Amino acid sequence: MRLQFGPSHPATHGTVRIMLELDGERILNADVQVGYLHRGFEKECETGYYYQNIPYTDRLNYSSPMLCNIGYCMAVEKLFALEVPERGRYVRVIAGELSRIADHLLCIAASSMELAAMTPFLFLLEARELVWDLLDALCGSRVTTNYIRIGGVAADLPEGFAPFCREKLDGVMKLLEDSDKLLTDNPVFRERMEGTGVLPASELIAYGVTGPLLRAAGVPLDLRRVQPYLIYDRLEFEVPIGVHGDNFDRYLVRMAEIGQSRRMVLQALEQIPSGPVDVEDPRFRWPGKSRVFNRMEELIDQFKLVVEDSGVIPPGESYFAVEGGNGEIGFYLVSDGTGKPYKCRCRAPSFSNMQPLAAMIVGRQLADIIPTFDMINMIGGECDR
Amino acid sequence: MDVKDGPPPADDALSALMTKVLDRLGDLVLEHHRERGDDRIHVARENIVTAARMLRDSPELAFDMLLDVTAVDYLGQSDGFRLPPVVWDQKHSFSRRLGQSRHRLVLPERGSMPRFAVVYHLLSTRLIHRLRIKCRVPEDDPAIPSVTPVWAGANWLERETYDLYGIRFTGHPDLRRIYLYDEFVGHPLRKDYAKHDEQPIQEYLGPGANLPRRPLSVRPE
Repeated sequence: MRLQFGPSHPATHGTVRIMLELDGERILNADVQVGYLHRGFEKECETGYYYQNIPYTDRLNYSSPMLCNIGYCMAVEKLFALEVPERGRYVRVIAGELSRIADHLLCIAASSMELAAMTPFLFLLEARELVWDLLDALCGSRVTTNYIRIGGVAADLPEGFAPFCREKLDGVMKLLEDSDKLLTDNPVFRERMEGTGVLPASELIAYGVTGPLLRAAGVPLDLRRVQPYLIYDRLEFEVPIGVHGDNFDRYLVRMAEIGQSRRMVLQALEQIPSGPVDVEDPRFRWPGKSRVFNRMEELIDQFKLVVEDSGVIPPGESYFAVEGGNGEIGFYLVSDGTGKPYKCRCRAPSFSNMQPLAAMIVGRQLADIIPTFDMINMIGGECDR
Repeated sequence: MDVKDGPPPADDALSALMTKVLDRLGDLVLEHHRERGDDRIHVARENIVTAARMLRDSPELAFDMLLDVTAVDYLGQSDGFRLPPVVWDQKHSFSRRLGQSRHRLVLPERGSMPRFAVVYHLLSTRLIHRLRIKCRVPEDDPAIPSVTPVWAGANWLERETYDLYGIRFTGHPDLRRIYLYDEFVGHPLRKDYAKHDEQPIQEYLGPGANLPRRPLSVRPE
């Protein structure tokens, strides 16, 4: 029997279409079709200046937009050999890890709802609201944050952020604990998740899978640990690894990573030094309004930044990758000497993570698609760009 | 916060990785560069599968993960863009240029090298080093052998490059568009496709038209 597990289906969030050939409940063949959310990110980025493309990166992985912002800005900084001051790096790590907590909370919430556990869904969405309160305090918006800038961040941490953050994260951990009690030892949940969606680690590596999916299969590849960037080498954290590589391990890895991200945020809040958050370079740093209205040099800098990108931008290319919510999110930038990227390529982890979905579900039951697809955590914006 | 003006000096010393790559690949490497901390090699397009297999299988390189396959439409320019870009449109008055410049594509002049460069990014999960491979592909014959026999992940990545740039990957098990619909005309990421170009209207085929007309193409193995 042919079945279209269509783009318009409550379980295919991010819009994916899976054309299935079924024999009763058993899947004989599957064709996973992505691209329903393709909006032309690369083409748009070619017509904007480097700083104008930052809001486009928000809409890539819209569950953890800070991490996409960070990846893009660090790729641009690599191209121009900029170094962000230390306080700016700490603020970036705090923002990024909060965003990662939000991403993992949503993944577990949505998966549990689709396996008919409504209560953890509501608990974890409330937990995500608490994290969003923190992101709101940082940058003014909950989802499309647009907080990271080339050379730093948009604004420093607000007054009283550290105690506010600790209080909200305590609330998150309480809700996470409650959901953990409802899910982890739940026989129905475990029956659906254990042993489903398994693929050996060597095949996952051949497909280019990274992130929690690969770590659940036992491969300790986490860019924050193996190729540390920003200040991750100064933080103490563990990288949770799974054993079986099934959906239940992916769930456990994500739960553990939320705890580790919270640990990193608390350490960063303690270690953060005082100082500037932005690089003092007129080619990238937008001057504050009081200076723009009162001083000639800053007025000219502002004008040139808005009308055309100023300064000598060297032609060349760079690739920089950060550990996003789903794995390695990399940006490959090609510069031709003008203020606009000649090519801005986003290497999306969700795209590579979706490739083995067909291999994971063929031969299994129709109902196994749901936990497998949920635990891959494909974010449509990132997969289809 | 020392920011250097102008292009950074190319790193002259061969990194440890590049020494091993040149040792193993030898003549297959046409050029090699180290720019801003990234190692990259240029390989002729006929040799990409051989080079890929060597890079994956040799134990001191162990590039077991293909991160990304993409292409750059250089319009024949070299990687360093020697010919200056056309930044201002001198024919129109200043005020007209001001409004349009934000959205106009800044294109370089056509150069004499092959038009496209297919770019592969590799990572070794065991040894944690990265490499970029670039292969030039001409416009009149935009074909390059597929590396799907070497890394299974190349399947969708090459489909995406074919969809957006029109580069055919010979030997690919299932080369069809991945993002765009089948009736799409052209390849949008090419530089001669403007952002606001329009597509022909497709006729409405009626209900039931979206049922698959061809058998499910590939058995994932």
